[in-house]
Amino acid sequence: MALTEDRPLALPSGGSDDGYTPTGVFTRPTAETGARSWFTTVDHKKIGIMYGAAAIFFLIIGGSEALLIRMQLWAPRGTLLSANLYNQVYTMHGTTMVFLVVMPIGAAFANYLIPLQIGARDVAFPRINAFSFWAFLFGGVFINSSWLLGGGADGGWFMYAPNSGVIFSPTHGIDFWNLGLIITGIASLAGAVNLIVTVLNMRAPGMTLMRMPIFTWMALVSQFLLLFAIPVLTSAQVLLMLDRGFQANFFNVSKGANPLLWEHLFWIFGHPEVYLMILPAFGLVSDILPTFARKPIFGYPFIVFSGIAIGFMGWGVWAHHMFVSGIGPISVTTFSLTTMFIAVPTGVKILNWTATMWGGKLKFSSPMLFSIGLVTMFTIGGLSGVMHSVAPMDAQQTDTYFIVAHFHYVLFGGAFFGFMGGFYFYWPKAFGYMLNESLGKANFWLMLLGFNLTFAPMHVLGLQGMSRRIYTYDPGYGFEFWNKVATIGAFTLASSIALFVFNIFYSKAKAKNLPPVGPDPWDGRTIEWMVPSPTPAYNFDPIPTVTRVDDFWYRKYGETKEGKLVRIASTAEVAQQRTDGKGVHLPSPSYWPIVLAFGLPIAAYGLIFSLWLALVGAIIVVGAIYGWIMEPPDDPDKAHDDHGPDAHASDGGDAAVPESVDAVKEVETVG
Amino acid sequence: MAESLTSRPTLAAADAQQAHAHIDADTNTGISNTKLGMWLFLASECLLFGGLITTYLLYKHPLEGPTPQEIFDIPFTSTSSFVLLMSSLTMVLAVSAIERGEHQRMRVWIGATAALGATFIAGQIYEFTVFVREGLGFTTSRFSSAFYTLTGFHGIHVTIGIIMLVSLVLLSLRGKIPEHRAETVEIVGLYWHFVDVVWVVIFAVVYLIPS
Repeated sequence: MALTEDRPLALPSGGSDDGYTPTGVFTRPTAETGARSWFTTVDHKKIGIMYGAAAIFFLIIGGSEALLIRMQLWAPRGTLLSANLYNQVYTMHGTTMVFLVVMPIGAAFANYLIPLQIGARDVAFPRINAFSFWAFLFGGVFINSSWLLGGGADGGWFMYAPNSGVIFSPTHGIDFWNLGLIITGIASLAGAVNLIVTVLNMRAPGMTLMRMPIFTWMALVSQFLLLFAIPVLTSAQVLLMLDRGFQANFFNVSKGANPLLWEHLFWIFGHPEVYLMILPAFGLVSDILPTFARKPIFGYPFIVFSGIAIGFMGWGVWAHHMFVSGIGPISVTTFSLTTMFIAVPTGVKILNWTATMWGGKLKFSSPMLFSIGLVTMFTIGGLSGVMHSVAPMDAQQTDTYFIVAHFHYVLFGGAFFGFMGGFYFYWPKAFGYMLNESLGKANFWLMLLGFNLTFAPMHVLGLQGMSRRIYTYDPGYGFEFWNKVATIGAFTLASSIALFVFNIFYSKAKAKNLPPVGPDPWDGRTIEWMVPSPTPAYNFDPIPTVTRVDDFWYRKYGETKEGKLVRIASTAEVAQQRTDGKGVHLPSPSYWPIVLAFGLPIAAYGLIFSLWLALVGAIIVVGAIYGWIMEPPDDPDKAHDDHGPDAHASDGGDAAVPESVDAVKEVETVG
Repeated sequence: MAESLTSRPTLAAADAQQAHAHIDADTNTGISNTKLGMWLFLASECLLFGGLITTYLLYKHPLEGPTPQEIFDIPFTSTSSFVLLMSSLTMVLAVSAIERGEHQRMRVWIGATAALGATFIAGQIYEFTVFVREGLGFTTSRFSSAFYTLTGFHGIHVTIGIIMLVSLVLLSLRGKIPEHRAETVEIVGLYWHFVDVVWVVIFAVVYLIPS
């Protein structure tokens, strides 16, 4: 750190050079509250909250599209939607739910929790983190703006070629889909790099990899999946963009193109994608179940390694989406086998969760209910998944509602139930008040009922032969009754989401009369429960030293010789006190992430409507990158993105009394 | 998990007294955040090029228009490939110069790297114009689309690399790259070497392996 004297070429530091003016266009913003603080924030907690809020906004859009689909299918020969509009609605429903709801909720939890669970003050690249969020948000808005600019994409979320070509889809819907997902892909990629570096590089003292909370592990695996899956989708989308915009021949069958190219590229991305959507929810549940069973997770290494195994094997099963596309018997056999194998690590997890609950003092709070909901509903979805690995059966079920039932059981019954549990579990940590328990339980039961009413009948409909993606059906095939049940279920499900949103505001209003929620409302196990609620900007002060899995729990509880659990310290004794945070150096906010992200959709509109506009977008992007690079660092001693566990003023003698003016300045920038 | 616990420090305050609470190493892995980030980004880029190379391999036999054998000028492209590979050497020399604190020398080598990269790009543009004149437009055949996309994508990567190198020289001239930030040069170098290595693969797959 003592580099002050011998570096004539160093960046001028704010403290030692009074005449210094920043190189950047903007000085670094300092607001901590108000709207501007949210636009310029680089705080992983605020970014996580914004991810969650944006995802719920898109959930309402995607959910409304689902309700339109169900209303159209309420009775035979429905007339609410035309065939064309129906194609757009189900395509946008799938796209929205996958890319703009489930993935960002995973990102929300990962952003909020990873630094807290590993004992870090922020992520490795705080500005890139902010950029990821804004790029995701603008990309999502860009995709949905297609509704106002000539109609949504209509090729299904998988967008098979050559059906996605200009000949079959002449509107700009698919261009919006394509470019918008390239933008959200850039966001995911930046986020993946950021979070992986955070986990690998920024763990607290003693926090070895095998002591990390399981959510962090599962999020790490899913970020690796993103890192390698997103570029495959991006390469496919670049080909599609060149085909649609510049008459290339990648999917032009008349020039000898092979339509299977898209299917392969898409599903090489698409199958790791489904695992990266489910793994964060698995992680949340693996942290929630032990808390409410008051037992350690059963077989921590098994849970971790089965997650890693899913991450690896997820790359070897993509062609089971293509059993009926004519890939040949050897491929079909191979992918049948790999698909059966990948059920094993998933089954290991189910077994571990069950064994965690076995013999525990179960407490059925709302997070626990949603977690048990995940274990049971995901198991049903997993079983129908294994059925699909049997190729002859899959051939029978392909493109029927049986498939729709299957993936909603894993994605809604799995991922989304886990996320709901996570919301109820971490709400007090993020916002400082508990969500109402009675409403939470009602929320769970209503959601469970609505979910099963909606998707269980689809198994029957699928086996009866009802096709997916067809906008209506004729009377007399026996489809009427179960479609009505599913539609009623969909509205029940929607009301459970409405109840959740109501609970947020209701509990916030009621919380005014309640005592403030302490740092550890659930008697938690991992170190994020050590910090005050809501989490202070600096996270930990001081950074804890970790000695084992579930470190915080073992700061509170010990065991007698007979193995009986005894309390050895009260929560107040082991939890951290809220400090003024002085002396903790935090990254400064910045305008550039949002400016850079804003340039991307401008460039994308330009690629669709006018290349001049694309030039404007490109100029914004390039300008923002240079502004970003030239932005004065907030910490003269370190590169901006380089935050290890910081020394700070309050920690006793050995932290070296700041020897230069720089360190004093450091304190001021926290301000 | 049944480890018996008798007496262990339970106060959060004890954390501050831990001997290793003030470790000197900045990161757990010992690799800086930015360098690890660049490695991860490059790992991801492998898959991006992987998708495009696969596409090219699938489409390298055109149904119409010129075939690869008819238009490729192997000696010419070999020469420009050699120029690009030499730029990796100058890049290494630049990194070595900044690590010794020789700023002027570093700028010279970075400039040389950028010039060699620009020569490669000029060669690629020349090659493309020749191909177009010989009847291989972007939309001519499945081969032409795949060829121009793959090599053009690589060319864009080289161009971005050149812009980064030129920016480095400008930053260095303004005194913004002191020795303790020498890693910035190294990280740009990582990107540059990656782009070179990818070209070795592309050159082999596209030009050298007979169809």
